[in-house]
Amino acid sequence: MGNRKTPSASGSRGEGLDNGLIDALVKTRRFFTRTEISPDLRTMTKHGGRQADAFYRDRWSHDKVVRSTHGVNCTGSCSWKVYVKDGIITWETQETDYPSTGADRPEYEPRGCPRGAAFSWYTYSPTRVRYPYIRGVLLEMYREAKARTGNPVDAWAELTGDPERARRYKSARGKGGLVRASWAEACELIAAAHVHTIEKYGPDRIAGFSPIPAMSMISHASGARFVSLLGGSMLSFYDWYADLPVASPQVFGDQTDVPESGDWWDAGYLIMWGSNVPVTRTPDAHWMAEARYRGQKVIAVSPDYADNVKFADEWLAAQPGTDGALAMAMGHVVLREFFVERQTPYFTDYVKRYTDLPFLVRLDPRGETYVPGKFLTAADLDDEAGGEHAAFKTVLLDSATGKPVVPGGSLGHRFGEQGAGRWNLDLGDVDPMLSVGGEGSVLLELPRFDAPDGSAGVLRRGVPVKRIGGHLVTTVYDLLLAQYGVRRQGLPGNWPSGYDDASQPCTPAWQETITGVPAEAAARIGREFAANAEESRGRSMIIMGAGTNHWFHSDTIYRAFLALTTLTGCQGVNGGGWAHYVGQEKCRPVTGWTQLAMGLDWSRPARQMIQTGYWYLHTNQFRYDAFTTDSMVSATAEGRLAGQTAADVLAKSARLGWMPSYPTFDRNPLELADDAEQAGMEPGDYVVSQLKSGALRFACEDPDSPENFPRILSVWRANLLGSSAKGDEYFLRHLLGADSSLRASEAPPGNRPRDVVWHDEAPEGKLDLLLTLDFRMTSTTLYSDVVLPAATWYEKHDLNTTDMHPFIHSFNPAIAPPWQTRTDWQAFQEIAHAFSELAAERLGVRRDLVASPLLHDTPDELATPHGKVLDWKYGECEPVPGVTMPKITVVSRDYGAIAAKMGALGPLADSLGAVTKGVPYKLGRSVEYLKHQNGTIRGGPADGRPSLVRDLHACEAVLAMSGTTNGHLATEGFRMLEHRTGMRLADLAAEHEGKQITFADTRAAPVPVITSPEWSGSETGGRRYSPFTVNVERLKPWHTLTGRQHFFLDHDWMAELGECLPVYRPPLNMAALFGEPHLGEQGELGLTVRYLTPHSKWSIHSEYQDNLFMLSLSRGGPTIWMSTPDADKIGVHDNDWIEAVNRNGVVVARAVVSHRMPQGTVYMHHAQDRLIDVPLAETSGKRGGIHNSLTRLMIKPSHLIGAYAQLSFAFNYLGPTGNQRDEVTVIRRRSQEVRY
Amino acid sequence: MKPMAQMAMVMNLDKCIGCHTCSVTCKQAWTNRSGVEYVWFNNVETRPGQGYPRTYEDQRKWLGGWKLGKRGKLKLKGGGRFRKLLTIFANPKLPSLDDYYEPWTYDYDNLTSAPLQEHTPVARPRSLITGENTAITWSANWDDDLGGAPDHGDKDPLLKDIADKVRFEFEQTFMFYLPRICEHCLNPSCAASCPSGAIYKRTEDGIVLVDQDRCRGWRMCVSGCPYKKVYFNHRTGKAEKCTFCFPRVEVGMPTVCAETCVGRLRYIGLVLYDADRVLEAATTPDDTDLYRAQREILLDPHDPDVVREAEAAGIPADWIEAAQHSPIYSLINKYRVALPLHPEYRTMPMVWYIPPLSPVVNVVRDTGHDAEDHGNLFGAIDALRIPVEYLAQLFTAGDPEPVNDILRKLAAMRAYMRDINLGRPPRAEIPEKAGMSEEDMYDMYRLLALAKYDERY
Repeated sequence: MGNRKTPSASGSRGEGLDNGLIDALVKTRRFFTRTEISPDLRTMTKHGGRQADAFYRDRWSHDKVVRSTHGVNCTGSCSWKVYVKDGIITWETQETDYPSTGADRPEYEPRGCPRGAAFSWYTYSPTRVRYPYIRGVLLEMYREAKARTGNPVDAWAELTGDPERARRYKSARGKGGLVRASWAEACELIAAAHVHTIEKYGPDRIAGFSPIPAMSMISHASGARFVSLLGGSMLSFYDWYADLPVASPQVFGDQTDVPESGDWWDAGYLIMWGSNVPVTRTPDAHWMAEARYRGQKVIAVSPDYADNVKFADEWLAAQPGTDGALAMAMGHVVLREFFVERQTPYFTDYVKRYTDLPFLVRLDPRGETYVPGKFLTAADLDDEAGGEHAAFKTVLLDSATGKPVVPGGSLGHRFGEQGAGRWNLDLGDVDPMLSVGGEGSVLLELPRFDAPDGSAGVLRRGVPVKRIGGHLVTTVYDLLLAQYGVRRQGLPGNWPSGYDDASQPCTPAWQETITGVPAEAAARIGREFAANAEESRGRSMIIMGAGTNHWFHSDTIYRAFLALTTLTGCQGVNGGGWAHYVGQEKCRPVTGWTQLAMGLDWSRPARQMIQTGYWYLHTNQFRYDAFTTDSMVSATAEGRLAGQTAADVLAKSARLGWMPSYPTFDRNPLELADDAEQAGMEPGDYVVSQLKSGALRFACEDPDSPENFPRILSVWRANLLGSSAKGDEYFLRHLLGADSSLRASEAPPGNRPRDVVWHDEAPEGKLDLLLTLDFRMTSTTLYSDVVLPAATWYEKHDLNTTDMHPFIHSFNPAIAPPWQTRTDWQAFQEIAHAFSELAAERLGVRRDLVASPLLHDTPDELATPHGKVLDWKYGECEPVPGVTMPKITVVSRDYGAIAAKMGALGPLADSLGAVTKGVPYKLGRSVEYLKHQNGTIRGGPADGRPSLVRDLHACEAVLAMSGTTNGHLATEGFRMLEHRTGMRLADLAAEHEGKQITFADTRAAPVPVITSPEWSGSETGGRRYSPFTVNVERLKPWHTLTGRQHFFLDHDWMAELGECLPVYRPPLNMAALFGEPHLGEQGELGLTVRYLTPHSKWSIHSEYQDNLFMLSLSRGGPTIWMSTPDADKIGVHDNDWIEAVNRNGVVVARAVVSHRMPQGTVYMHHAQDRLIDVPLAETSGKRGGIHNSLTRLMIKPSHLIGAYAQLSFAFNYLGPTGNQRDEVTVIRRRSQEVRY
Repeated sequence: MKPMAQMAMVMNLDKCIGCHTCSVTCKQAWTNRSGVEYVWFNNVETRPGQGYPRTYEDQRKWLGGWKLGKRGKLKLKGGGRFRKLLTIFANPKLPSLDDYYEPWTYDYDNLTSAPLQEHTPVARPRSLITGENTAITWSANWDDDLGGAPDHGDKDPLLKDIADKVRFEFEQTFMFYLPRICEHCLNPSCAASCPSGAIYKRTEDGIVLVDQDRCRGWRMCVSGCPYKKVYFNHRTGKAEKCTFCFPRVEVGMPTVCAETCVGRLRYIGLVLYDADRVLEAATTPDDTDLYRAQREILLDPHDPDVVREAEAAGIPADWIEAAQHSPIYSLINKYRVALPLHPEYRTMPMVWYIPPLSPVVNVVRDTGHDAEDHGNLFGAIDALRIPVEYLAQLFTAGDPEPVNDILRKLAAMRAYMRDINLGRPPRAEIPEKAGMSEEDMYDMYRLLALAKYDERY
């Protein structure tokens, strides 16, 4: 090429430029500049640009870079560089220094998303909360009353006790009129409110809401510790957000444990099911994009052409909420082709060892036929019945002998003396029989709900049976084949004639009529999923998300998914199994955080409440339910739930000690403790006698009586009223007493609760004080009585972890908290000081009677043999605290010492230690270390204890008291487990036994955590985390009844609901339940459509939806996406103003019309608050609502089950979900003239 | 031969998730200041879509870039420099603010300061241009994710010739994202359009910059750039554009947009090109030959002749080494999977793209059968959701063949690697059919899939 002819400089021939005249002009430029003109006169080059471009060079320069992150419940947990120049935060870019995953894999760098990249905007934005604010009307009255009474507590008592004055400030909520106050005055008012409430109503009338500790553990712990030390109730969040997949406790006996995103790389087949990975897992999406290059096949199941469909080899556009039917059909194909027509050794071996499929179930006669009953247990076998916890030892058949065997590993081996060394999955020589084989068969009645209106029906299908010890039994496997309609020779009943038989569940053709997915595609994907798992030994994975997890019946959808991953041997295998990512629930150093946040180092137990149940009652949503559980039970039900509303079921769950319930009783628990003492009785006995006599009632049986109202709510790190409050308008009216656009009517007589008192008038304005700490304005701050200015994520020390990667890393202040902002840790200490000052005299030391539910991972799980429900209220059993009703404990509270306790690690840490998921940890060594690391407190109630005064101290305490960050604790925990299981485990943490991760480590770089029994997988040797690998590889049982993964649940209520086995349940029929118009109906008010609220591309919940950058990159305000045909029907064009209305409220937004939307469904992306460009609604004349103004809470009875094996309560582990996907709305074009 | 060094970028669109992190980090670092509120040096477009500014690709309207004159000579499409001088005070081919969008903010302060009133306080939008209340009707990314496509998707200039291939219907939906920065062209028409001589190309790395001292705000560069990647700062009255983050690049750091790309799809590297042949290549008669022509003026950095000439041209040894290790040359010329954006503009752009595979086959196929052959799990190229014709409009002046070749290579890589992934013996015939050796295919897999930091930059 060196010989090629150089183009002529003059450019006059051949290729060339312009004409000679201009060329001449340009050439002359060469004489006037120092730049170089190319010989062909095309362009000008110049060395450097060092002077001319000083502007950009200067702009880039900065003084320092500080590592921090964002605490926003996005699961990202991304480490960021925050740039600072002249003491001002300028911008942020991602850190890229994650420890390597190894030479042959992609890396975690750079983690981040556009939302996080826009965060620094908040620091100096006009929506920043810079000073404390108090509602003007309230402050004025408070100052006046205080001046008159001379005492803050009396002032608070007086103004909240006067209905007129209380109404005046409560009805002003949300209407502006916030005025600046000093920190001292704000804290004094807050303290007075707390002291008065504890004195008059009891500490359990105080609640705190702050979600997701993993996103900033110390900030979460700040207020949680304060509320817990008072005896207040911390509200759950994972179930409340409907992020908790209830199927996880049901199937795995675990809250949620999932693979890190780096493990997607290991999968050979990946289905993204209701999880829009590029939008909701932005920093992780690359793993999916890249794994395709390794030959991974990718499937997207989504009703719309979602962002992830771009990456998928195939798109299955299932109708919203019908995913369960598609999964059941795939399960049908897998069972038929990989279990019945052909045996697949890998699958068969797996399900025999790790699932309940070989276990025996008793069949109960029902007329001519049978229904599945309870698991056969050792208690049913003559020679085993006398053994320890025999009713919790499940039974299988040995294929060699055909005789029943009681294997180790079931719950009956977990807690007793005889179980030591026997709680494992080692089957020895036993080869379990999957099917009972051929001693005859019987016809079963099984539930179906696939009628278009969701009503219950019955399937009649046979199973082989065997008689053991007088019981007719079959295996779970046999039941499963019947449920899935997989026919075997010689069995009676109605069976599908083939895949193309659309009349019967669960064939591919049947699902097509429900989901719209072609039958052959469903069958083929199911087959491919299993074939890949067979070839790769379990490397087929389903990423599942909120699109499938936020439905009323999501637990059934998920059980159908988990059936797929479990049948194919994918759980507990790297690259396989479920990958549920909804919410940043994984607080890896969970043990240390628990101690701090729940104040367990000073007093136990803490009060923890199921938030869905709390608001269902306290925002009066229960009064608008005009139906009973009969509308959702199985056609095979016995009637145990008949005639009961959700409120009745909730009350039953509380009184049986299944779920927590706060406020607990209709009496101040401080008084209750005193009353018991005066009566000379044990507290438990006293409570029982009072309940029996009727002198004492559960508060949840009369939530509208003023003594049972929640009185104080503190919210931090959250936006309840602009984001998570499902039934937002119910909150505004009943909880706050503010204006609302609620349009629903109350249940008429005859449809009202049976066990819960009905007041003629529903109360409005139950709450006396709403306190919010935030750094930006939200609906919650606008409706708050007191707003405290919080430090941002770039202004404090804290810790952050996620499911998605195995690292722990830190928040660090790039600048000191500006204006009058404070860190949450500082703020709550200050509140505690103000409180203690007022409380020392007024409250002193009191005894608090705490009622708490029966807990998971404790012997409480043994309280309900066979899941047979007995209610003492109806004389079915005696009320026995801790067995048939809540446990009763009396806790001493020195209210003058709360501040001192906040700032120091208490003595119970070393004297009692900690217990996480049933494994005890001794913390003495950690406490000793912390005394030196943090220093000790001198004098006062916390004399000599390790300091927690600074947020840094709290960080060190969390790190020192958790197995994931303290190798000594991890190995010690494994040794305890070795004793119980008889299996080798401690080697998993041995490589890090001497390692203590310190805060300084997390500042330097993200640090990989240590493998610990706090979780079920292993990172040993730098391995990618996948859940349950310890269970599979080390034969450690799951925390369930059988110790295996459950297909079958034998609790009474599961049978009532027809959900003993995986089953398809369609979305709720809102027309039948609430009289909403039918989908597709068009009337004067517009078109009725399915109303979904998926996560947004431009925000993380309500955070960032007000951020100028995100608004500039999107539509700049609230939007609803709709399909072209729907838009055509109601005459809507892109960007037109529309109004969506249903009984729950009104939303005003602009339309985004797109052909990627399916007909009949609209999306209003999650957490569009009412603050940005929301006009007044035509329908109500009031400000348009938030996305959750059209939704409301619906409680599913099975979520309230407790006190039985894996179906036992633990905080955020089990509880009713705040689901919202089943809703419908009427939508129309509104006047394009909008008023604000 | 006159070797020159050029900083270049390749973006793998197949991995782009459309998250816009690049846009935001770039905006925060460079243009979150008054006068350039509407400016996004880096933006991401959903395609099909109009882009930003709207319909910038319609050169029949905007007359950006170069064209071949009657005698086969290269001319600025917007008219020669003489014409520019004549129209210097009235530039008719300048996008208006409406074509970008009118930037706005909100009355955020109202949320805190509102007195007690009837309704919940709200933050209304207010124009950053007029200061008045405004109604938002367009933004920097209005048609994100196909929003509004049924109403205005047909305005995408690329659909002009292939309208029958793209229907805005649910079953036919497809989309992909196109992140864009300045192309730092070898033959920049912005520079050639500038009457003040303020736009220059840095000799050492080819970065195209506006000399802020010399710029007189004539805005001819805005018109001249067919990519509309030069912007007018209405406060300073000067032109501004993507600087390829030269203050970072100079000290060995990647650009902000590249380093913060969470899709890990951006590659940066140095290439050597023959400056003597740029004009010749840019003058290639047939539009569809421009891709090849541009590829051919890139010099093989391992060729001893090139190394010698480069040294003679004063390019330092470590720069030559950098060019040898550059992922850019491999992607463009070794694996040949990257394509230039709109080569027909004849500016010789230096930000190239790997086209997206988007392999979804038809969702509502009655048969449920994969459009595949021989047990291959993956869809066949001719059944891809994104019409190859559309990609060809973007990258090859309408010629589908180079696009097809690349898509076949990507698909073959997946099939080849699946065998390895599952522990089966690898099949040499797969890369062979795509015209690659097994080794090259494996190396390409590592570069595209593992994409380690040190190999991306």
